[in-house]
Amino acid sequence: MISQDILVVGGGLAGLAAALSCDPNLKVAVVSKVHPLRSHSVAAQGGINAALGNSPDGRDDSWERHAFDTIKGSDYLADQDIAELMCQKAVSAIYELEYLGVPFSRFPGGVIAQRPFGGAGFPRTCYAADRTGLVILHTLFEQSIRKQVKFFNEWLVTKLIVKDGKCLGVVVYDLATGQIVPVRARAVIFTTGGYGRVYSRTTNAYINHGSGIGIAYKAGVPLRDMEFVQFHPTSLFGKNILITEGARGEGGYLVNNKGKRFLEDYAPSAMELAPRDIVARSIQTEIDKGNGFDNQYIHLDLRHIGEEKIKKRLPGIREICINFAAIDPVDTPIPIQPAQHYSMGGIDVNAKCASLVEGFFAAGECACVGVHGANRLGGNSLLDTVVFGKISGEEASIYVKGSEETNNSEKFLLEEALEVKARIEEWEKRSSGVRVHRLLEELKVVMSENVGIFRKKKDLTEALEKISELKEDYKRVYLYGKCLRYSQELVNILEFDSMLDLAEVITLGALKREETRGSHYRLDFKERNDENWLKHTLVTCKEGKPQISYSGVNISKYKPEERKY
Amino acid sequence: MEYLFKIFRYDPLKDEHPYFEDYSFETKEKKSLLEALMEIRNEQDSTLAFRYSCREAICGSCAMVINGNFDMACRTELQKLGSSQIVIEPLPNLEIQKDLVVDMEPFWQALSQIKPYIFPGEKMQEQGHRIEEKEMEKIFQYINCIMCGCCYSVCPVVSRDERYLGAAALAKLYRFVKDPRDKRPFSSLSGVNTEGGVWGCDTVFRCNEVCPKEVRPADGIEALRRKLVVEKIKRIFRFGR
Repeated sequence: MISQDILVVGGGLAGLAAALSCDPNLKVAVVSKVHPLRSHSVAAQGGINAALGNSPDGRDDSWERHAFDTIKGSDYLADQDIAELMCQKAVSAIYELEYLGVPFSRFPGGVIAQRPFGGAGFPRTCYAADRTGLVILHTLFEQSIRKQVKFFNEWLVTKLIVKDGKCLGVVVYDLATGQIVPVRARAVIFTTGGYGRVYSRTTNAYINHGSGIGIAYKAGVPLRDMEFVQFHPTSLFGKNILITEGARGEGGYLVNNKGKRFLEDYAPSAMELAPRDIVARSIQTEIDKGNGFDNQYIHLDLRHIGEEKIKKRLPGIREICINFAAIDPVDTPIPIQPAQHYSMGGIDVNAKCASLVEGFFAAGECACVGVHGANRLGGNSLLDTVVFGKISGEEASIYVKGSEETNNSEKFLLEEALEVKARIEEWEKRSSGVRVHRLLEELKVVMSENVGIFRKKKDLTEALEKISELKEDYKRVYLYGKCLRYSQELVNILEFDSMLDLAEVITLGALKREETRGSHYRLDFKERNDENWLKHTLVTCKEGKPQISYSGVNISKYKPEERKY
Repeated sequence: MEYLFKIFRYDPLKDEHPYFEDYSFETKEKKSLLEALMEIRNEQDSTLAFRYSCREAICGSCAMVINGNFDMACRTELQKLGSSQIVIEPLPNLEIQKDLVVDMEPFWQALSQIKPYIFPGEKMQEQGHRIEEKEMEKIFQYINCIMCGCCYSVCPVVSRDERYLGAAALAKLYRFVKDPRDKRPFSSLSGVNTEGGVWGCDTVFRCNEVCPKEVRPADGIEALRRKLVVEKIKRIFRFGR
């Protein structure tokens, strides 16, 4: 049986940062369902925040101001001590990335360039044109070649093995062979990313099914703040490919069908650079009021920025527009609409990225360490991945070195693998039933229509009913193509189980939270309610049913106040 | 519009020979080739295997040969192919795992061989290196590479000489050599001063033609050659004195 000291699940930025920071004396491997360079981190565009103070307009910036912006942006649901930790570590994290070879864009004088981003008091977002995710992911992957990190690619984790509150390993589906294999590990770090594909309109890659979060939930680990789903203001109309916030950071305007920069009605001082929740709602409101184009989208106008700057700072956006919309933003405004983009919530972990299951850690988008609260600021997710990815690797190493190895876990692991195998055989044996892609289509529609930017009790209740119907349908799912090698159908069936759970947890949290905070907007409760709701939602799976509880928010320095931009 | 897809199929564990399977596909909307393949898989044949992830031409997963052209399925619009018959084949020069899924291992091995990481030289500086943008611009062409493997697959040298590292790996090496922060010793280039390295290139520039990100990897190979030659001449000159 394959046996590791530390097993990192996920080969995106958080996963690679974790693997690279593990103690080199330990036996470490990364399991990823795709080759690491195919991870969704590669699609991050606009940048990564750190208070370097390199911009002429940013001399007074400091990590404390970065922390304050993050906390205010979170609508005060961020844990302030953890937000401070992240912002404090941001500066050295950027310099470390630079040292490792990340080709950041530069200001005259040769320092790392920084651009303005939403909700930030100063130009604080470091970037490499608009391909920041690509260059950081490639750099960390290249570092893992240097450090000879062991990879198991195209292995999908299907189950987290926990016994007596302690993590023992995982069960994987090896796509190349079609085999189901147990892997023993003394510590497991999940860095499995988000669940964007639960929604029909999402900026996320096709692979972002969120199964890592669902697997942890099934294993009894609580999920935190899952009702907070970020909708990015600017995704390319139709395809929903991300158009970076950096486009507005470089000066782009959002314009409705009357030719008006309508943000002046919603966020008169920050305008296009208000936080994402506010801008996304403003856009949707304009479209709903009939001020959109074809009642579906509005314009992101970059023309006044000029050809030279667009080609230099936003070449990727230009390429996307040319390839996928047949327009050149140099002379045509970009049609955009909001789309699901990021999960503020996730696997509940503490500042050490540790969960309540001993030996099980999580970092990056799949985790909720508490820095993004009810709304994440642009540029803070890449930061989250490198800072907490690293912490998770270090902490898992400390844990492994200080803990006793569980003996005789092999038999238990084999039994767990057999259970997964039996489930698959069941799907394989059936010659009729329901096809998983149909269920997925139905789920996406429900989530987009009922659990989107604007929410209300009736819609959310309906969504929960629909989800439980889909859960019943899922019991009759079957494998149509009877070959288990490279079976994307099998991947989809396995992951859909998680997607149903996540949809349920998101919707339940949203229904219970009778207030408006950050990305969670309730049409029937339009105000933030600190008295009753300044608390984290926790959902735990108990005998297959979600059980909801709440926990306090760390408020150490900044008293919650009304957000004005 | 109705299309006839002829898709390369091969499961080395079951099939004696590869074959093409026909699928008819009808759509009224604009669709990418990747979307069409996913629909065909969902609705007609879920044993059809192919890779994909980002659908925005940045992750490098879905490179394949489309009516004879190398490209990413996600950025290929069906209508723009200008033909109702669409022939899909896997990337050549790599072993087939199943259908359109090829074994990329030799490609990744070649990348590992060129030491694709910065040799930073000095200790980490507190505020990072100071480098003007125009210095960094020299590598921008190469950092656009998404490691899709098109250049490797199209290369006639890769197909006949298994030692040859291929264009992506060599261009990546040049990306580091040209990085003003990189301090790798000249001697570290000896590994590519060979027929398996830069001298293997046939200079037919197929790689430049097919690259979906306009990296022009052969520019990097040629620049490495020049560097090796110039350095050699310098050395001869020094010995001569």
